[in-house]
Amino acid sequence: MQEVHVLLKNRGKIDPKNAQEYADNGGFTALEKALSMTPEEILETVKAAGLRGRGGAGFPTWRKMQFTATAADPVRYIVCNADEGEPGTNKDRILLSTDPCAIFEGMAIAGKAVGAHVGYIYLRAEYTYLFPVMQAALLHAESLGYLGKNMMGSGYDFEIKFRSGAGAYVCGEETALFESIEGKRGEPRFRPPFPSIHGLFGKPTMLNNVETLANLAPIIRNGAEWYRSLGTENSPGTKLFTVCGNVVRRGVFEFPMGVNLKDIIYEVCGGIPDGHKLLGVQTGGTSGAIINADQIDMNLDIDSVSASGGRLGCGTILVIDDRNCIVDIVLNNLDFFRGESCGKCTPCREGGQQLYNLVNRIARGDGAIQDLEKIDELTETMQLTALCGLGHSTAVPVRTSIRNFRNAYLHHIDKDFCPVCSGKGGIYR
Amino acid sequence: MIHLMIDGQPVEVEEGTTILQAAKKACIHIPTLCYHEDLSIKAVCRICVVEVEGQRLLPTACSTPVSEGMVVQTASPKVLKARRNILELIFARHPQNCLVCPKSGKCDLQKVAQDLGMHLDIRYDTQIRHQKEDWSSPAIMRNPQKCILCGRCLEMCNDIQGINVLSKENRGFHTLVAPAYGEKLADTNCIGCGQCVQVCPTGALTVHYHTYGLMKQKELGKKLIIQVAPSVRITLAEALGEKPGVVSTGRLVSALKRLGFYKVFDSDFSADLTIMEEGTELLNRLKNGGTLPMITSCCPAWVKYCETYAPELTDHLSTAKSPQQMFGAMIKIWFAEREGIDPGEICSVSVMPCTAKKFECTRPEMRDSGYQDVDISITVQELASLIRAGGIDFAELPDTPFDDPFGEGSGAGLIFGATGGVMEAALRTVYAVVTGQEMPRLEYTDVRGFKGIKESTVNLNGTEIRVAAAHGIRNAKTLLEKIKEGKADYHFIEIMACPGGCIGGGGNPPKTWKIMEERKKAIYEAERNLPIRLSHKNPAVMRVYETYLGEPCGEKSHKLLHTTYFNRQDLLR
Repeated sequence: MQEVHVLLKNRGKIDPKNAQEYADNGGFTALEKALSMTPEEILETVKAAGLRGRGGAGFPTWRKMQFTATAADPVRYIVCNADEGEPGTNKDRILLSTDPCAIFEGMAIAGKAVGAHVGYIYLRAEYTYLFPVMQAALLHAESLGYLGKNMMGSGYDFEIKFRSGAGAYVCGEETALFESIEGKRGEPRFRPPFPSIHGLFGKPTMLNNVETLANLAPIIRNGAEWYRSLGTENSPGTKLFTVCGNVVRRGVFEFPMGVNLKDIIYEVCGGIPDGHKLLGVQTGGTSGAIINADQIDMNLDIDSVSASGGRLGCGTILVIDDRNCIVDIVLNNLDFFRGESCGKCTPCREGGQQLYNLVNRIARGDGAIQDLEKIDELTETMQLTALCGLGHSTAVPVRTSIRNFRNAYLHHIDKDFCPVCSGKGGIYR
Repeated sequence: MIHLMIDGQPVEVEEGTTILQAAKKACIHIPTLCYHEDLSIKAVCRICVVEVEGQRLLPTACSTPVSEGMVVQTASPKVLKARRNILELIFARHPQNCLVCPKSGKCDLQKVAQDLGMHLDIRYDTQIRHQKEDWSSPAIMRNPQKCILCGRCLEMCNDIQGINVLSKENRGFHTLVAPAYGEKLADTNCIGCGQCVQVCPTGALTVHYHTYGLMKQKELGKKLIIQVAPSVRITLAEALGEKPGVVSTGRLVSALKRLGFYKVFDSDFSADLTIMEEGTELLNRLKNGGTLPMITSCCPAWVKYCETYAPELTDHLSTAKSPQQMFGAMIKIWFAEREGIDPGEICSVSVMPCTAKKFECTRPEMRDSGYQDVDISITVQELASLIRAGGIDFAELPDTPFDDPFGEGSGAGLIFGATGGVMEAALRTVYAVVTGQEMPRLEYTDVRGFKGIKESTVNLNGTEIRVAAAHGIRNAKTLLEKIKEGKADYHFIEIMACPGGCIGGGGNPPKTWKIMEERKKAIYEAERNLPIRLSHKNPAVMRVYETYLGEPCGEKSHKLLHTTYFNRQDLLR
């Protein structure tokens, strides 16, 4: 299966610090075009292209753009969410380290579309080593007149600033990210008001994932029709997939939306190593659904994955083979979530801990059938009432794994441990 | 106007109204925990979730604005199930010892639990945070185990008062509201204003109770002498379940007598004394070119704030003690001598609207009598609990007058209880001293009311005196900055740490601005009906000066009624 490189076209081919090399490879032409377009025209192009957010929720990008562009306050911001916190995800790091100018260009196009003159890149703390590369690329691009003041003689200014996180997963949530940039404790805000009205520093803000912004330049450059020729009807374009776990060949791959999960695992990544059997797959990172081996014949586009109870999310694919126990995997997920909850709202703060306790009890063999009922009610409450996506998604791996691997839970409750667990006495942590 | 349906009832409200407010209009009560009508919307407890047709998730009523055609269910089975589940989660980590909790009966969490019928066992593991209680501060007790992380105290301490003692630490399950670096409250820059206690919905922050110590003193056979602060008569009835703004002066004295107090004195008297001293000091400073503007020193929380944040400006503070401490000195020295009682046999108590007074009375320099001048300071809340414990039917009590020789107070002393009151009282006396005649109109309304900083100018025989009154530390800070920059051209400034002044003090029953309006109305109403309304016309005050103190700011009064200040900047390190 051949990869389709749209976003990764410069990966390994240019010096990421050299903006001229980026320009020589067709870079900044989209920005030049965008600067000659009206904001409405840019918006229409993005709308026609059908670009949807690549950070997780799959929200139509043009609508974010429209909300921000039509907000009353004239001071607006573009924020690039580079807080790639989802465990097992590397795609944004690859984009930022191999082709940072593409992100800058996307931000500048977005800035022109919504009337913003300042953009922030919020980089997760673990990626701060990328700052020198990004800084050099930005300075070079500015010195060549591609970015910054009066970009390419258009009279439009767009300044890009870098901010670093401090290691909190929740700061990938857009409003928590704003709080963090503002220098406060990274806690999400309630909505409404939405960020496109009341975002960073209380101003209308358009926040996008790194990958979403990287898509803007190709769309403007090649047009909506070309973009729609890639991917599926509802999810056009290409997507970066980070494949990790028990496969022969791991890494970040770019495919058109709608690629088959089974093909990715067996054809692209070489299947499961050492003759082991596939147990399940978690798509979309820790907050995604865990499906079993029979369900992997699935097209990876935003709507198909949602229909499976999970979400495509940031395109992470964790392949789990039979050397693992699903209950253990879920417990590991919950341990992550309870530690990363910001502690602001009750359902997530307390529920995350209690959910961990309940699953831990089952994992140890001390659980009861009633615990599954409690888990069901608790996860439902968390999904319905938590303040932000973190609380909502804590429940996803638990609920989907109980649905798809109910027997694994029942066996643990009966102290009839799987071969993996019994080797360790059935007790974890 | 927006039209919506709440629980099947059509409701019409203005745009921007939240579901919670709209429901209230339709006589529907949605339970809340983190919501407080005077504070910003937090939407963190998630108790007020409701079902909105067409929405997959349950939005919070407190934060969600209504929209046209919205259909809301506030108590559907789905909503109630979620609410109970959330409450259960809170219970799973909340100590289950309500019976011995000082907040029992007044606790918002308890009330919501009762409303929702939480009668079944908690299905989750009970895991109490292993955080020690902090009794170090004489003003406030902190029990982090009972904290439900609603964030009200954070807003009060950090945004409204601007002290920044409390902040959130850690995250997830281990999140905690505490002073930074694990310090004890007493070792921080906490000024003890108790505003956090006012807004805490549970027993996590409470007034530091000193009633047991008081009973012990009684057991030891000490003579209990109590002084009653001006605003106590305004808020005590409210603390005992009556409606806000009921003045209970006579009943209050009766109750204290029944509780076994030997003498019940009126702090209005020492407030008048304060006016005499402070007013004279102001005139001296004006005449002799002393440090101006002069700032009042009645409020112990403000004094500690100034000592901590602006020790270089303590020159501006009036050297006059607060009414509580003046009274303390007068009781243990003059009164003890007059009555022939050994001051060591006296237990001098004060009942105050204030938590910071508890700190003030333990200040080491407040020992002019050789003993601690005021032994115990209790708050209105504590007095209310003493009255309940004493089995006193407060509502039916007859009136009793205060005891002589400190039973008389003027209206000027009484209005110390509201913001701007000290200023107004002082102006009345200063005006009379300088011009030789009474103010044309005693009600000096420029400095009344709840505006953050109130400014005015008074003409004293051709000299313009510019005054300002601020309440709440945020406003005080603004004035301090002005003084530091040399831009404050005032002569006299009144500062009260608590929003609204003493009637909004931390030791009162929980307040809202609506309740505060009632209290303010009551205090000015009561003042208007008093026979004496000028401090220098108070015969008890005159008698004390004639027979003992000599003249205001004289040698004796300087020894007994004035004090010095310290540099507490170290607390900020």
